Amino acid sequence: MLSANLSAIFYLISGVLFILALRGLSSPETSRQGNFFGILGMIIAVTVTFLSIGNFSNGFAVVLIFLLIGGLIGAFIAYKIPMTAMPELVAGFHSLVGLAAVFVAIAAFLNPQAFNLGSPGNIKLGSLIEMSIGAAVGAITFSGSIIAFLKLQGIMSGSPITFKGQHPLNALILISIVIITYFLCSTQSSNLFWILLVISFLIGFLLIIPIGGADMPVVISMLNSYSGWAAAGIGFTLENTALIITGALVGSSGAILSYIMCKGMNRSFFNVILGGFGATEQSSTSQNKEQRPVKSGNADDAAFLMKNASSVIIVPGYGMAVAQAQHALREMVDTLKKNDIKVSYAIHPVAGRMPGHMNVLLAEANVPYDEVFELEEINNDFANADVAFVIGANDVTNPAAKTDPQSPIYGMPVLDVEKCKSVLFVKRSLSPGYAGIDNDLFYKENTLMLFADAKKMTEDITKNL
Amino acid sequence: MEIDPFIFRLSIFILSIFIGYYVVWSVTPSLHTPLMSVTNAISSVIIVGAIIAGLAGNSDTIFNTSSIFGFLAISLAAINIFGGFLVTQRMLAMYKKKKKDK
Repeated sequence: MLSANLSAIFYLISGVLFILALRGLSSPETSRQGNFFGILGMIIAVTVTFLSIGNFSNGFAVVLIFLLIGGLIGAFIAYKIPMTAMPELVAGFHSLVGLAAVFVAIAAFLNPQAFNLGSPGNIKLGSLIEMSIGAAVGAITFSGSIIAFLKLQGIMSGSPITFKGQHPLNALILISIVIITYFLCSTQSSNLFWILLVISFLIGFLLIIPIGGADMPVVISMLNSYSGWAAAGIGFTLENTALIITGALVGSSGAILSYIMCKGMNRSFFNVILGGFGATEQSSTSQNKEQRPVKSGNADDAAFLMKNASSVIIVPGYGMAVAQAQHALREMVDTLKKNDIKVSYAIHPVAGRMPGHMNVLLAEANVPYDEVFELEEINNDFANADVAFVIGANDVTNPAAKTDPQSPIYGMPVLDVEKCKSVLFVKRSLSPGYAGIDNDLFYKENTLMLFADAKKMTEDITKNL
Repeated sequence: MEIDPFIFRLSIFILSIFIGYYVVWSVTPSLHTPLMSVTNAISSVIIVGAIIAGLAGNSDTIFNTSSIFGFLAISLAAINIFGGFLVTQRMLAMYKKKKKDK
């Protein structure tokens, strides 16, 4: 049996290894090593826990069986999941962290002796507060992530679900969570503990339903952050350094990602959280809808334009992920490169359904990461490029964000696609994007619309090159 | 008067938030998806709590309400740990540099 001090030191080491795991992600070269550190940290934490309990009786075998079951399911999912489904996977994983936090809190509440927290009905006040916070945040993470998962998977409609009195109701529930926690701590009543869990599940559900599909990058990052705070709350209860460090790391990581995503849309965090974006705008713009002429072309025209270009910038968006067009796109680019055409990729921070979504898909299609650029790095290059190939993106290219103060997306950083000599737009139809607004770019003199499925169009262009 | 150990844990927590803040800002945006999957995996270190709960029963009663929740939490966390690290590894293996000879 490991002494408490020695195991605390090992937990500290695994905490440090987790920090190094995140540090490794600062560049793709060091990232694989970082992931290794993370795995090492986890192995240390789990081994030390077993050794410090020192109970290798029948229970140990049961623990190993459950560990193995979970591990096999996890490994199976990790190898089977297509890269386009990454946002759903991450949302699903968040829900599991949340639920695990809830279960650990329940276990600790029912059997506090096992954790040295007192006895049932007489749990140390500090531990009870930490436990309640961990359980409540975990429950919110769980139900919120389930909704996010259903929306991303398309099982539930991606459009915002709003109803009258939604915000007052949510506020009321949040206040009652605080009040119940207070009474739970003063009375130690197990009924209040269950009520706390139920309404926390409820609020997680209610908080996410009004948020629309394209705001999912913010939601996923936010839930990422919550799962961290839940882990930290449990870490305080268990007095475990590894868990506290990790919780803080994950919590701040998710918070930073949410901030980056909000900035990419020029919207405040509260604006996103309160939800309903897009639902209200659509009705106002549909009234003054006028038929404006657009130039549409076929794969032949597009191939001709690109063949005569010397540099092409590709702007991928969520539509590329939906059509699974990343491999076809890379083949097209290979053909272009053979003709000595310079090709680079421009990624908007909120392209796709989660932070870095496009980068992963391009990496999957064997696009070298040094050809892929972020908005700030590449935005000046559009003026010198011959062709911008916009595949599945819309709002992130809309010049109205720069010119029209009335526009709901005004002030959002956009890719300066219109500065290119010509713009190719692969899109299914002229329908407006998520923000529900028309894109002036469609009607510009130098824009050619390619109405087709992204994958099919890209393949056709390759044939014509 | 002695300092409550809680204060030490709080110090670790606050300082870790700052470490997290600076470390995560240095993560390159193209790796934000692996960042999310790896944070998922490491936050499942919550499994240590689940193991304690699972092993809390004595040798006569392996299964009581508390330890059952512990066992379930072990499985959930294990899905995340294996799934999270492996999927991160799978993603990171795809990030390649441009070949020199091209």
